[in-house]
This record gives sequence, structure tokens and C-alpha cells, in this order.
Amino acid sequence: MNSKSELVIPKIKKETILSLLRKNERIDNRGLEDYRKIQITTGLIGKANGSSIVKLGDTTVITGVKIQVDRPFPDTPDRGIQIVNAELIPLASPIFEPGPPGEDDVELSRVVDRGLRSAEIIKLDELVLIPGEKVWAVFIDIYALDYGGNIIDASALASVSAILTAKYNKAVVENSEIVITDEQVPLPIGNIPIFVTIAKIGDKLIVDPSYEEELVMDARITFVIDENENITGIQKGHPGVFTYGELIEAKNIAIKVSRKLRETLPLSKPET
Amino acid sequence: MTGKALVKLLDENGLRTDGRKLNEIRPIKIQVGLLKNADGSAYIELGRNKIIVAVYGPREAHPRHVVIPDRAIVRCRYHMAPFSVEERKSPGFSRREIELSKVIREALEPAIFIEEFPRTAIDIFIEVLEADGGTRTASITAASVALADAGIPLRDLVAAVAVGKIEGELAIDLNGLEDQYGEGDMPVAMMPSLGQITLLQADGRFSGEEFEKGLKMAIEAIKKIYKIQKEALKRKYIEISKEVLEGE
Repeated sequence: MNSKSELVIPKIKKETILSLLRKNERIDNRGLEDYRKIQITTGLIGKANGSSIVKLGDTTVITGVKIQVDRPFPDTPDRGIQIVNAELIPLASPIFEPGPPGEDDVELSRVVDRGLRSAEIIKLDELVLIPGEKVWAVFIDIYALDYGGNIIDASALASVSAILTAKYNKAVVENSEIVITDEQVPLPIGNIPIFVTIAKIGDKLIVDPSYEEELVMDARITFVIDENENITGIQKGHPGVFTYGELIEAKNIAIKVSRKLRETLPLSKPET
Repeated sequence: MTGKALVKLLDENGLRTDGRKLNEIRPIKIQVGLLKNADGSAYIELGRNKIIVAVYGPREAHPRHVVIPDRAIVRCRYHMAPFSVEERKSPGFSRREIELSKVIREALEPAIFIEEFPRTAIDIFIEVLEADGGTRTASITAASVALADAGIPLRDLVAAVAVGKIEGELAIDLNGLEDQYGEGDMPVAMMPSLGQITLLQADGRFSGEEFEKGLKMAIEAIKKIYKIQKEALKRKYIEISKEVLEGE
């Protein structure tokens, strides 16, 4: 977050967080590898093709998915389009300011975009109507509603659940013309990724940092883990450092935690 | 990166499109202090990449509200010239450039003793003149040399390289073609003598084992780049000492 917000944590709270961590305890009684309570609500927005609100502890994020016919990018004539945009709007926290997207917004949208793209959650090659002319474009728009830390994982989860539940009208090509039918179909789904963000505070690695923990963290690292437990994205953030050993440990934690999340979260593929 | 092997990236001898082995970095040339106005500067050629970096500061921070009372703020602008890539790039800042400016700053800041310069700003300006894969890591390598050239106290230099995956094999320092058609890219930056990693990103697909092996490969390459950085800095000081002696 911006430098101003770093200044607002009371010293006494910082000391509490650090001294608890030395005993492997956290300020909200979680274990070091525990997520906060996760709540997912999908399909709330009637005019969107897919939507999801994710509550991750005190963090709330909404993602809406809109699917429409568009021209493909010139360098990928035989692939559909995936566009992710994220905005940290001032509605969500006093630390966000109005205005065009800043570094944090842009980083968030690009990290989510790369993670989804590398895992190939949306099979973009199946979204082509007329190669080089018309393809489906999937717009994934993320808005922070309440900021309580770990916006990356909450945004990714909201995006994944919105994509999995999205429906759009099937189109057919007749005499080089696109005809939209009444049949509602889900998006072609490939591999579902789970994002796991780990913060480093002192020499401790903790999963899913809260806002207060983010204010005292040295650095954070996000691993994107696919269904086969491959890594389909990494992003280190914040001006701090990791040793080689810490990164290996963080990777192992991320894989372990992703397995647990996958078992508990309702992230099944749509029936086609 | 499309993940589709449309181009053959490894020949029958296991050599890459530019004739390199999998664990071989491209030739690097670093020149120090070439700009007159900047407090520190560096120019790097990494294969066909050409990047120039200027450092200004520590200097008075503007606007006033960005000032931090107990340390310097570090600002970084990574920008690609419109003519640096195949298709002309719009000169405005793209989202990619905004993100890279952020991660490059976060890769360099841990090396700087910012607490020694309260209420000031250290500005790092990076201009990519020609790009051929690996501009963010080459920018970090050059920028840390430029910071040293500016006389800013550093914990260590920061050296960087990307490791990637081509035709299922881990390969160090991907060129533009390999970056575009390969199956994964993982840029790493590190303070080599402290063993501290300051940047790590990845896209594409890596197994847990590949991640560990790739990270080790990157660290080995970073040690080589670190030597080249130090040699470039020493060369500049030898030149200065010669000038001083001749002037007497």
C-alpha cells in the first residue's frame, strides 16, 4: 500500500503482532497457515454474465464478468480475449484515493490476469467465432468494497468463482454472420488456479495477511497453484527480501494450503 | 508468451536460437557514468537489449506531501522508447510499464540505506532503447550500478536475470523469441553477497521441482552478472584516477 498508510499503525500494536509471532501466534488467534473465514456469493448481479462477492475476513471484493463479441487481437487471431481490470476505489478504505488506477491497482489486475491466463482457466482457443474477425471477449472487472488485507487472494477467488458460474448466449455462424441464440452456456473451463499469498514478518511466514499484518510485513509473495499442483504464477511485492530457503518454504506452504482450500471451497466446474 | 511451440527453440544439439547453451547468459556490456547531468548513470547491453539508466538524488522531494520524515522515498520510472520494439509502442505509460516500475523499485529499495537520507527523494529513470527479452532484469542490473555511481550507500549491488522454460527445459536469460514462444518465465533479482532475493515473479507453468531448480540456476547466473557489475564500476574509478594523475 502507499507509504502514508504504513505510518498509521500504532507502535504498540506492531509490538503485539511481533511478540505474538515469536510464539507462532497471530493477533486474531489464527495459525500461521490459516486463512480467515471465506464466504462466496455468486450470481448476485443480474446484468452481468457472471458475478461473485468474496468475503475474506474483513476484506470484501466483487467481481463482475461480462462476455461480448469483439475483434481478436492482431497477434492472436485464433484466440478469445481475456481482460482483467481491478480498482481499489476510495469506497473501500481511507487509504485509497480517487483518480486513475495507480501502481497498486495495476499490479493487482496484472497479477490476477497472469495467474488466470497461465493456468488457462478460460479456454480462450474455444472462444473463436470467425478466426481473425470475431471472438468472444471476457471482461473480468474487480472492485474492492472493503479493504482488510490480502486483496490479491480475495480478488482472484472472486474472479475464479465469477468465471466458473458465468453464462452467456451461445452464438452460431451462419453465412459468415454471427447469430446469437437463446441457449445459455457456461465458459469453456480449463485448469482452476488457487492464489495463496504469504507475508514475511521478521523470520516468520504467514498465510493470508490481515491489514494490520500487512502494515508490519517486510515482504509478501503470491503463488498461483493449479489443479496439478504446478506453479502458474508468482509475484513478490513490497520492498523486503526473501532468502532462497524462505522461498522454497513459502512454495511448499502455498501448495499445501492450496490443497486444503481446494477441498473446502465450492469451486466445481460447470456442467456442459 | 503464448505457450505454443510454433517456433523451434532448441536444435538437435540442444542449442538455442542464438547458439547458446541452456545455462549460458547473453554477452553483457556495462558502461558507468556516461550521462553528465545525472548524479549516477549506467548503460547496459544484454544481447540485443540496450537500456540506459539515470539516478538523481538524494535530492529534495517534490511534491512536499510525498516526503517521509525518517527516510528517503525511492521512485522509479521504467519506460520503453516507441522504437524499442517491433511494432511502434505508444510513448505513454502502459499498464505493463506501471507494474514494472513498481517491481523494479521494490527490487532496488532493499539495497539502499534510505534511513540515512530522511526527507529526500531518490529518483531512478530507466529508458529501454531496444528490447529483446529480459528488459526488467537488465534494468535492475544497470540501475543498481547507476545507484552506486551516484555515490548512494548500498548494502549490496542488485543483479538480476530471468530463468524460463523452452521446449520443456529450463533455460537461463530468455531472449525475446524464447520469451514469446516459451512455456514460462521467472525473473529473479538478488543481492548476491547477502543471499537476499528482492524480486521474484513468474508466469507460465513450473512444477515445484522446476521452481527450485530454476531458482538455483538464476542464482548461479546472478553471481556471474554481479562480477561484471563490479568490474564496470572499477573500470570507471581506474579511468578517473588516470584523469586525476594526468591533470597533476
